[in-house]
Amino acid sequence: MKILHASTTVERTRALLGSVAAAVSAMLLPAVANAEYGLNLQEPATPIAREIMTLHNGIMIACFVIFILVFSVMFYSMWAHRKSRGYEPAQFSHSTKLEILWTLIPTLILVGFAYPSTGTLIAMEDTTESELTVKVTAYQWKWHYEYMDGSGVGFYSTLSTPSSQILDKEEQGENYLLEVDNHMVIPAQTKVRLLITSADVLHAWWIPKFGVKKDAIPGFINEAWINVDGPGIYRGQCVELCGKDHGYMPIVAEVKSKQDFADWLSQQKAALDSANGDTKVASN
Amino acid sequence: MATDHTHGHDGHDDHHDHGPPPFFTRWFMSTNHKDIGTLYLLFSLAMLFVGGSMAMVIRAELFQPGLQFVDPHFFNQMTTMHALVMIFGAVMPGFVGFANWMLPLMVGAPDMALPRLNNMSFWVLFMAFVLLLSTLLVGAPAGGWTMYAPLSIQGGLGIDMMIFAVHMMGISSILGAINVIVTCLNMRAPGMTLMKMPMFVWTWLITSFLLIAVMPVLAGAVTMLLTDRNFGTAFFDPAGGGDPVMFQHIFWFFGHPEVYIMILPAFGIISHIIPTFARKPLFGYDSMVFATAGIAFLSFVVWAHHMFTVGMPLSGELFFMYSTMLIAIPTGVKIFNWVATMWRGSMTFETPMLFAVSVVVLFTIGGLSGLMLAIVPADFQYHDTYFVVAHFHYVLFSGAVMAMMGGAYFWLPKWTGHMYNERLGKVHFWLTAIFFNVTFFPQHFLGLAGMPRRIPDYSTQFTEFNQWSSLGAFGLGISQLLFVYIVFACIRGGKQATAEVWENPEGLEWTVPSPAPHHTFETPPRIS
Repeated sequence: MKILHASTTVERTRALLGSVAAAVSAMLLPAVANAEYGLNLQEPATPIAREIMTLHNGIMIACFVIFILVFSVMFYSMWAHRKSRGYEPAQFSHSTKLEILWTLIPTLILVGFAYPSTGTLIAMEDTTESELTVKVTAYQWKWHYEYMDGSGVGFYSTLSTPSSQILDKEEQGENYLLEVDNHMVIPAQTKVRLLITSADVLHAWWIPKFGVKKDAIPGFINEAWINVDGPGIYRGQCVELCGKDHGYMPIVAEVKSKQDFADWLSQQKAALDSANGDTKVASN
Repeated sequence: MATDHTHGHDGHDDHHDHGPPPFFTRWFMSTNHKDIGTLYLLFSLAMLFVGGSMAMVIRAELFQPGLQFVDPHFFNQMTTMHALVMIFGAVMPGFVGFANWMLPLMVGAPDMALPRLNNMSFWVLFMAFVLLLSTLLVGAPAGGWTMYAPLSIQGGLGIDMMIFAVHMMGISSILGAINVIVTCLNMRAPGMTLMKMPMFVWTWLITSFLLIAVMPVLAGAVTMLLTDRNFGTAFFDPAGGGDPVMFQHIFWFFGHPEVYIMILPAFGIISHIIPTFARKPLFGYDSMVFATAGIAFLSFVVWAHHMFTVGMPLSGELFFMYSTMLIAIPTGVKIFNWVATMWRGSMTFETPMLFAVSVVVLFTIGGLSGLMLAIVPADFQYHDTYFVVAHFHYVLFSGAVMAMMGGAYFWLPKWTGHMYNERLGKVHFWLTAIFFNVTFFPQHFLGLAGMPRRIPDYSTQFTEFNQWSSLGAFGLGISQLLFVYIVFACIRGGKQATAEVWENPEGLEWTVPSPAPHHTFETPPRIS
C-alpha cells in the first residue's frame, strides 16, 4: 500500500475519523429517531411503509458512513498535505490494487442495498387477495372515490380550507391545505386495493404514512394496495404537477375499524337508495 | 494536420496582424473561438441572473404559508422557466463557453474545426432565448420544464413558443457538439494521442456524443407535442389511442443523458484544478476516462428511474433500479481518484481549489441522495418531493455551476491577462458555499417530511425549513453579484498574470501568453 504508508498517518486518520463519526452520528441520530421535528419520513402506518422506513434509514446511514469515511481521508489530507506545512508532493498517479478495491467494495455495498429493496418492491406490487377495492379518479383539482363492491357508493373529495386562510387574511388552521370535505373511508387491518386513474391530466396519489405513491394517468388504471394498522386520519397531497391548483388537492383518508367501516358503508348505501340513484352523496 | 488548411480558407480571419477586428465584426460575426467562448460565457452569466431572479420569486412566495406575492399560475410559470433558463441558458451554454475557449488551447489547435458553425451555434441559441423569454409576455409555459403531456397540451401560445425555442436550442447544441467532436478528433497537436488528451477535452468529447444522441430525441418529443396541440394528432392523448406515459419515456430518454451533459464537463474542470493546486498529477487518468465513458453509456439505460411511480411492471422497476445503482460505481471511481490526487500532494487553497474541493464534497451529497432515489420502494416516498429538489440542486448547483465558477477563477487570468482579486474570490466562495447549503440542505428534510415539489403554498409544519431555505436563497442570489464584480474588475485590470498563472500547471493552455493572443497555435506545438 503505497498510499497509506506511514503508520502514524494511519493512526491519525483513525483518530480523526472516530471523532468526526461521533460528531455526525450525534447530529444524525435525532434525525432518524425524532419524527416530530419533521426531519425524517413520517411515522409509518402500514407494514409496507415500515419496510420502506427501515430501508430508508439503513441506506441513509450507510451513505453517511461512506461520506464520512471518504471525506475524513480527504480533509485529513487537506490538513496534512499542504504546501504551507512544507509538504513535498508525491508523484504517484495510479495504483491498480486500490482502483480494483474501490470498484469492488462499492459493488458489494450496492448488492447489499439491492437485495432487501427487491423483496420490498415485490411485496408492494402484489395486489392480489384484496378484500376491498376503491377506485380513485383524479380531476383538476379534486379527487373522486368509488367503492367497487357493486353498491355504487362514490363521492368527490375537495379542499375545504377557506380561501381567506390561503389569501393570508386569516390565520392558517391546524390542517391548513390538508383538509377536505369528504374523507376517503377505508377499514383498518384490511388489504384494500386502489385503482388509480385520471380524467384529465397527470396527478399522483400519495399518503406518506401509507408508503403509497402512484400516478393517476388518463387512459390507464394503476394499482396499489394498503393495509393500515389502525383507525385514524391520514393526510397526503397530489404530487404530480397538474396545473394551477396542484397545491390545493389534498388527500385525506379516514381509517375506521372493520365494524365501523361496515356500518359506514351500509349507511352510505341506504342514503344512496333513498336518494334514488344520486351517486354524489356527501358523507361524514 | 488540417490546421493550416482551415486557417488559410477562413475568410476574414485570413489577415495576419493578430489583432481583433472592430467591435461589430468582432462580436456579431465572430469566427474566433475565444470571442465566441466569451460570448457564450457572458450569455451564461446573464442567464444565471435571469433564472436566479425567477428562483427569488419562488423563494419569496414560499417564505411563509399562504399566498403573498404571486398567484399559483404565475408561480408555476416561474418554476418552469427557472428550470428551462438554468438548464438550457446557464449551465449548457456555460460549458460550451469553456469548451470554445479551452478546447483549442488544450489540444494545440488554432481554432475550433468549424468556426462559422460555431458562430451559428451561438446566435441560434441567442435567438432561442429571445423566443423563450418572450413567452413571459404572452403567458409563459407553466407545466414544468418536463413538459409532461397532457398538461402541456392545455397551455396557451407560450407552450408553442417554448417548443420552437427548444428546437432551436437543440440545433445549437448539436452543431456545437459536432464542432467539438471534429476538433477533438482532427485538430490535436502532433503527438497528442487520444489517451494523452486533457480530461476536460475527454469529458467534452463524450458529452458531445451524448448531445448528438439525445437532442434529436427531445426534438421528436416536442414535435409530437406540437402536432398534438395544433394539428389534431393524438400521440399522447388516450382518447385518440395515444399514450401519456410514452411522452415521459421519450422525454427521459433525452433527460437522463442530459443530466450527464451538464455534469461531465464539470468533472473535466475539476480534474484540471485539483492536480494543479495539489502539485501532483491526476490520479488514475485512464480510469477517469473509462469511468466517464461508463457513466455516459449507463446514462442511456436508466431513464425510467425518473418515473418509477407511473405504474411500470415489476420487472421494469427492477431493471431500472439495478442499472441506476450501477452508476454509483464509475462515479465513485471519479470521487476516489480526486481524493487520491489530493493525497500527499502539496496543496494550496486558492479560490479555484476551494470551489473544486467543495464540488467534490457537495456533489457527493447529491450523488448519495441519488443512490437513495434509485431504491424503488424508498423512491416512492421521495419522488416529486423537495427531497428530489434538494438532490438535483446538489448535483446541478454545487456540481455543475460551482465547477464552472471554479473554472472561471482558474482560467480568468489566462483569458484576461489579469489576476482576479484573490481575497474577494475567497469571500465569494464562502458566501456561495454557505448560502447554498442553507438553501438546499433543509429541503432534504422538507421532502422527507412530505412536502411535494412545485406547490406555491404548503401546510404549516413545513414553515420553518422553508424560511431557512428562502433566506439562504436570497443570500445565495445576492452573493453572485460579487462574482460579477470580480469578473468585470478582472477584465478591466489587476495584477499582470504570467503565462503559467499557477505553479507549474500542466497543459498547453499555459504555454501561451496571458492574455491568450487572439490567434494561438497557428503552428501546432509538438507533444513528446
